[in-house]
Amino acid sequence: MLAQVDTFVGPEVGWFALSPMLTLLGGALSLMLIGALTPQWPKGMYATYSAVVAAAAGGLAMFQWDDITDSEPTTLVGGAIAFDTLSMFLTITICAALLLVSLLTSDFISGTPNDGPEIYSLYMAAAIGAIVMASANDLIVLFLGLETLSLALYVLAASNRRSGESAEAGIKYFVLGGFASAFFLYGIALIYGATGTTNISEMVAVLHSSVDVFHADSLALAGIALLLVGLGFKVAAAPFHVWAPDVYQGSPTPVTAFMASVGKAAAFAAMLRVLVIALPFYRDDWRPIIWVLALLSLLVGSFLAIVQNNVKRMLAYSSISHAGFILVGVEAAAHRAGEANPGSGLPAVVMYLLLYSVLVIGSFAVVAIVQRDSGGDASLDAFKGLATRRPMLAIGMTVFLLAQAGVPFTSGFIAKFGVIQAAADEHSYAIAIIAMVVAVVAAFVYLKIMVSMWFADPADDAPRIVVPFFAGLTVFAAAIFTLLVGVFPGWLIDAADTVTAYAR
Amino acid sequence: MLASEAGTLAFPILTAIVLVPIVGALIVALMPKSRPELPKMVALLSSAATGAMTIWLMSSFETGDSGFQFVSKHEWIEPWGISWHLGVDGISLFLVVLTGVLFPLVIAGIDPHHDERPYLAWLLMLQAGVMGSFLSLDLFVFFIFFEIVLVPMYFLIGGWGYENRVYAATKFFLYTMLGSAFMLVGIVATVAIAADDLGKTTFDLVEIAEGASFAASTGRWLFFAFAIAFAVKVPIFPLHTWLPDAHTQAPTAGSVVLAGVMLKLGTYGFLRFGLYLFPEASFWSRPLWLTLAVIGIIYGAIAATMQMDLKRLVAYSSVAHMGFIVLGIFAFTTQSMSGSTIQMINHGVSTGALFLLVGMIYERRKTRKISELNGIQKVAPIFAAGFMIVMLSSIGVPGLNGFVGEFLILTGSFLTARWWTVVAAAGVILAALYLLWAYQRVFHGEPDEENKKFRELSLKEGMVLLPFIGVIVFMGVYPKPVLDRIEPTIDVLITHVEAHTDYVEPEPTIQIGVVIDHGEEGDHGEEGEDNDTEHEGDEDDGDDGHEGEGD
Repeated sequence: MLAQVDTFVGPEVGWFALSPMLTLLGGALSLMLIGALTPQWPKGMYATYSAVVAAAAGGLAMFQWDDITDSEPTTLVGGAIAFDTLSMFLTITICAALLLVSLLTSDFISGTPNDGPEIYSLYMAAAIGAIVMASANDLIVLFLGLETLSLALYVLAASNRRSGESAEAGIKYFVLGGFASAFFLYGIALIYGATGTTNISEMVAVLHSSVDVFHADSLALAGIALLLVGLGFKVAAAPFHVWAPDVYQGSPTPVTAFMASVGKAAAFAAMLRVLVIALPFYRDDWRPIIWVLALLSLLVGSFLAIVQNNVKRMLAYSSISHAGFILVGVEAAAHRAGEANPGSGLPAVVMYLLLYSVLVIGSFAVVAIVQRDSGGDASLDAFKGLATRRPMLAIGMTVFLLAQAGVPFTSGFIAKFGVIQAAADEHSYAIAIIAMVVAVVAAFVYLKIMVSMWFADPADDAPRIVVPFFAGLTVFAAAIFTLLVGVFPGWLIDAADTVTAYAR
Repeated sequence: MLASEAGTLAFPILTAIVLVPIVGALIVALMPKSRPELPKMVALLSSAATGAMTIWLMSSFETGDSGFQFVSKHEWIEPWGISWHLGVDGISLFLVVLTGVLFPLVIAGIDPHHDERPYLAWLLMLQAGVMGSFLSLDLFVFFIFFEIVLVPMYFLIGGWGYENRVYAATKFFLYTMLGSAFMLVGIVATVAIAADDLGKTTFDLVEIAEGASFAASTGRWLFFAFAIAFAVKVPIFPLHTWLPDAHTQAPTAGSVVLAGVMLKLGTYGFLRFGLYLFPEASFWSRPLWLTLAVIGIIYGAIAATMQMDLKRLVAYSSVAHMGFIVLGIFAFTTQSMSGSTIQMINHGVSTGALFLLVGMIYERRKTRKISELNGIQKVAPIFAAGFMIVMLSSIGVPGLNGFVGEFLILTGSFLTARWWTVVAAAGVILAALYLLWAYQRVFHGEPDEENKKFRELSLKEGMVLLPFIGVIVFMGVYPKPVLDRIEPTIDVLITHVEAHTDYVEPEPTIQIGVVIDHGEEGDHGEEGEDNDTEHEGDEDDGDDGHEGEGD
């Protein structure tokens, strides 16, 4: 063994290509170290630091973009990491979400015992995990990313140390998430048993060349089933969604925004890597399951959202419904998975993820602002008459809600349109029509919130709502982005269309 | 219906017509609260400027040209093949003018009582949205405008409506959105399927309609996906239940706009998209639409007779009137379809005016209950006279505009849909019944104490009402200029349907002056039967286009 060590040649790493991840890693570790050695920083400084790191990482990812489109997508670190526009698109999405959430968080924990560098370090660590998931070209690497993200999210969910609800959310998420991770890992093991590799490129090659799959087929199918359970849990698709409303409601609102954006984007990225890219060979086996997951998520998310009274919980259920919409895109991508021209499903999914991330952060930012001055109350009553109390805030929320309902001239419409178009391209008309009809049901939920804000009179003892600077900035930036993309989506569609040339 | 290059202008007038109200809305929304008189001026100015542009559009519209004029086309979302493609032809021209003229009148004439700034901003947004829907020749652009009009209308009903407004607004929003949900999938599927024929992905209406052909069953599915959205908007029985609520609860301005132009989005959609894109499917499904239209006519009339609320009565009368328009469209004759197109304008004017008048009654008496109103003619004779003219137009009395449309629809439909027309004609009688009866109860008799205080029409109200009555009389006496501009487009549309089906338009049995000329010459392919020499040059143009298409 020792003799071999001398001849061991490390893989080509490609340090610059990994720079977005490394930037976040450096940011997270240095913040932990410096933060521990220095006294409390002035208000907003931790958040600014985190936002700057996120912006730097996102900027580096944009640099990489040109490198990839100029040459061919490749793999790095001995085939463990994919270096393609798919991973870069999602990296940029995750960094943008990290930036917005960092800004949002500062106003809500400064002045409380929860303030400190830890929460931002955890955000950055989670973002690294998410990026690893989005760029993994090996199932084990993907699992490492998944655990990095999940562990950070468990802690974040419980990060409000004074709230029982937050602790409850943390423990719930931890226990159920641990289960899901176990399923996922077992699935990887079975796939390894069937194909003899965990590397995605090799897996595709093995499955493509081996005609004699009979003895391994059941192993692989069982593996896919387990992987789907794990992934279904992480994206909060029905029937694996039960944790989401409780965890979303119990976690501190900025953390909820982070989970709904980064967590969802990373989980769907993993789904694309595992199913569409690694296992196109079995696409006819897993595609019907995705179809059913999409249907259930749409129905459960929309209909259960109607009966909620708490806006945070409504948004949690609506995020399940959105997961259903994204699954419609995954289903469309499944039709031509693995082919030279993979169709418009992949671009539709990644675009949806980016646009939804911004929307959901904006929505939860408004909820957080309202909650902050209403004693933590996020019920519909707390939103009563918001239009007269804080008109600009109400306008911002209205933009996000209309966008989530898929009203034109907002990014949400572009996102939905892309998914429906992808589904129609593959003749998946049934699920496309169901998705659009269910979107009407979901629209009722958003209208309920809008009615509360615009058409209900504020209670006499309604608290004065103060909009903190950073949180207001988050809402403003998200709203402008939502409207801008709604009117000029061309550049984004062009960018998203490149992800079909993924590394494999 | 080919896009004509002749109408292309250096100045993108149609884009300006859509953008001016939006700019006005943004300015109004951003106005400081310290100057309360400014928003109304700005709103009036921008909507009147839009109206003036539409009037100019009408005057420089090339009569006899069947194609799209003033076309402006720019790439918008290139990767998806979407372009900002606007154009106006005989079908949309007068709807655009109606939208242009109606809004300044509504803004000038109706006072929202509270929160004027957002109210005006929403109205202007609504004008832009409706304009965009009528002008767009790109399926994507049409859809986004068709859908976006829900938002301003939702806020207008919910914010400035009556007691049950939130319920009505939500119902309106969800109902219409449900229809559009099917249409969105239909549009996307149409484009995906047409891409095989055209060799590229494009949302351009003209390119798809002229270049793509759909298998019969595919075309029917797609047509129904579109038709649901339009049927909800019209509304066609049994999808009409949102309308009485929305109309009754909406503020007067909302009702006027809703009845005046927004319902026409549905019938316009049938003409522009349903028939043009899927001629085979729309012709195949005509028994269904004719039947539903006739049910709507009779049902709307009977339901209107039973109403105790004046505004609800007018709302149900809309269901009946829109039934006539649908009947005319799906009878597929030049007369009936021209009649439907002109009836869209007539209904917009007369029902819009009726809602305006009912709104004035509510302003004065704070009630819309027929039983609480009586003898108004005695205390307010001018008001009663105005109401009567509008009401007679709605009934369809000869000499006023309603007659022209209904007569053309019925004579045209009689040729191809005889028994449906026979039943529908009964609806005309029922219209006389419910409107005259309501008029009798509200205006005749001796006024009681409450109604003695009924205020006479003020000068401002009279000024707002006058244009409506002017149009009602003018269109009733001399509809020819309007028909001249509508007919060439309708002829080409019918030829388009004939080319895709085995349908042959029957020869009209009744000669009604100019109405017949184009159709007959086109069928015979000969010259010289011209009853009307004034517009000879124009008609020749129309005929050339017609024959070219027919071959």
